[in-house]
Amino acid sequence: MQPQNESAAFNPRKNYARIGALLSLLFMGLGQLYHRQFIKGILYALLELYVLIFYSNIFISSIYGLYTLGENVQVRSRGKIVEQGDHSIFLMIQGIIALLLVAIFIFIYVNNIRDAYKTGKLREAQAPVPNFKQTLANTWEKGYPYLLLSPAVFFTLFLTVLPLIFGIMIAFTNYSGPYHLPPKSLVDWVGFKSFADLFRLKTWSTTFYGVATWNLIWAILATATTYFVGLLYAVMINHRKIKLKRFWRTIYILPWAIPQFIAILIFRNIFNGQFGPINKMLVDLGLQGVPWLSDPLMAKVTLVVVNIWFGFPYWMALMSGILTGIDKEMYEAADVDGATGSQKFWRITMPLVLFATAPLLIMAFAGNLNNFNVIYLLTQGGPVNVNYSYAGSTDILITWIYKLTLDQSQFSMASVVSILMFIVIASLSIWNFSRTRAFKEEDMIQ
Amino acid sequence: MIKTSKNRDKSTFSLGSKNKERLITTLIYAILIATAVFVLYPVVWIIIGSLNPGDTLFSTKFLPDNLSFKHYKEIWQDTDYPLWYANTLKIAFFNMIISTLLVVAAAYAFSRFRFPGRRQGLMAMLVLQMFPGFMGMIAIYILLLQIGLLDNHWGLILVYAGGSIPFGAWLVKGYFDGLPRSLEEAAKIDGASHTTIFFKIMMPLSFPILTFITLTSFIAPWMDFIFARLVLRTNENKTLAIGLFEMVTGRGNTDFTKFAAGAVLVAVPITLLFLFLQKYLIEGLRAGANKG
Repeated sequence: MQPQNESAAFNPRKNYARIGALLSLLFMGLGQLYHRQFIKGILYALLELYVLIFYSNIFISSIYGLYTLGENVQVRSRGKIVEQGDHSIFLMIQGIIALLLVAIFIFIYVNNIRDAYKTGKLREAQAPVPNFKQTLANTWEKGYPYLLLSPAVFFTLFLTVLPLIFGIMIAFTNYSGPYHLPPKSLVDWVGFKSFADLFRLKTWSTTFYGVATWNLIWAILATATTYFVGLLYAVMINHRKIKLKRFWRTIYILPWAIPQFIAILIFRNIFNGQFGPINKMLVDLGLQGVPWLSDPLMAKVTLVVVNIWFGFPYWMALMSGILTGIDKEMYEAADVDGATGSQKFWRITMPLVLFATAPLLIMAFAGNLNNFNVIYLLTQGGPVNVNYSYAGSTDILITWIYKLTLDQSQFSMASVVSILMFIVIASLSIWNFSRTRAFKEEDMIQ
Repeated sequence: MIKTSKNRDKSTFSLGSKNKERLITTLIYAILIATAVFVLYPVVWIIIGSLNPGDTLFSTKFLPDNLSFKHYKEIWQDTDYPLWYANTLKIAFFNMIISTLLVVAAAYAFSRFRFPGRRQGLMAMLVLQMFPGFMGMIAIYILLLQIGLLDNHWGLILVYAGGSIPFGAWLVKGYFDGLPRSLEEAAKIDGASHTTIFFKIMMPLSFPILTFITLTSFIAPWMDFIFARLVLRTNENKTLAIGLFEMVTGRGNTDFTKFAAGAVLVAVPITLLFLFLQKYLIEGLRAGANKG
């Protein structure tokens, strides 16, 4: 083999890899220059110089800002702002952005070291060192998936990850009205104080336990009712004597097709206690109007019933497909053994349907735990509950958080509750997901 | 199916089984019809409401004396409704394009390439989609404020598109995984590039899931209330969801019939679109979520 690189030919046993990596660790691009990859080395070095010269100060001050969350309080005299002061929340977000950018830079830095090491290994093996053109071609081939992913990663990083980190950090500050709202006053790190308050202070803990209990009951009822009603209608429509199957299915699928927020607002009017058509009809018949949405218990019942209207079409459509797919021989075999209709349903149909829909069922349960739209648009959490702080009788955790954030400025408490909620939902979903075939078949281990 | 259960009935109680079967069929029909009424009532009621001559919820009758189209004219001429409609359409359209591109590109990378960081990336996506969406609401608000995209449609489009990635990418990846690789390998031997393979082979094969993703990302802005209210501040920038919500929650429901007309105008196209494509929706959801 004819070595292209002369130095490799002269010193075959030199420790190119380690020296290259060390040089690149010292300063980006040095290792590449040492390997005579001049263009690449200069590009790397320029990147580091650029970052050092223009950004190091900004990075340091941003991270310092994240640490202190501001030191200068806004000064006012006679209602006029004399000195702006620091805005803790802006400082915090700047700090997180700086951290993310530093992470990206470190990632590039590590790659630079790894690259120098790999090229050094090539030289040790007396293999030709790729020139810049080859490097580019190589990057295009190997980096194609990264290229595809980069827009998604960029979006996710700034619109999902950054807000989430921020949301989590808020839980450890005292960011809340009325005393700790920037720009008027500063926000400080307080550690786990808000977590402790949620469980220790009576006003918070009563609301939290009450809302969380109803949240759980709601999720179970909402999921179970829609699931079984959907199954019931799928079975009924599938009955051999029933004609116009497509017609019935199309009618029943309508609630799923109609934009949900519109349908909820329609129901809000139908169940209006004063002017709604149902109560008007009851009054016309000489009966008392029912407080559909203004009595705590009745409002909960109404929510579950309205939710059946929204939810059952999805399951019906799904289960119709599953029912038609069940092997008829199983039922025939059951007939031979003298099984009754209900036995066949509970021993054959039900297990098969349950097996096919279990992951979706758990997904729906997790979704119902967070079913913001139905609750908020129908009752807005109401009717009022005097025992709760900032929550009504039908509020679930997510609508409570929404109110805490948007209406009450109780940001740190809202964030504590969302973290707790996330832990529950995430463990449920991960457990559910790890059981599916999609996960087991996924070649995670390469 | 149920068919066989009736055969058994016939053999055991040959007398009266016909009657029993007729009873069951009648019962099912009765339930089906009753349910159809329950399902259709709100739909019919809102349509009639929009055609009622009065203005308020109280004066709305199920059987009005005469029908009028004046509310359709009113919302189109006297309110900002056409503007909201145009806003929503614009946001929905661009969200559809951006979300689909982002999601499909990411899913293709995760499904067809093996690269360092793939496993971590997949796990990160999985965990991210479980966070309650508006845990990051305050941060998004401040972020948009700082880059000057608050009360701006593009700000909202970015938020929607960014939020759709984790769930969408998983779903589409699941579908891509189920597609055979032999075609691509043949194309690769013939010298096709990744991009060609993607557009000429993957895209045509994944029609159902692409329909699912484009349709859901098109419909999402019509439904979303939370982020639209957070990002859009002024009346002329509002989307339909906020506009209609404020119509019925604002002042004692005096605008009810206008709301009804507005609701019908939104619901009709979306519902038709949905019914037309429901086959793909169900198929896509099942294939992506469960993979067989």
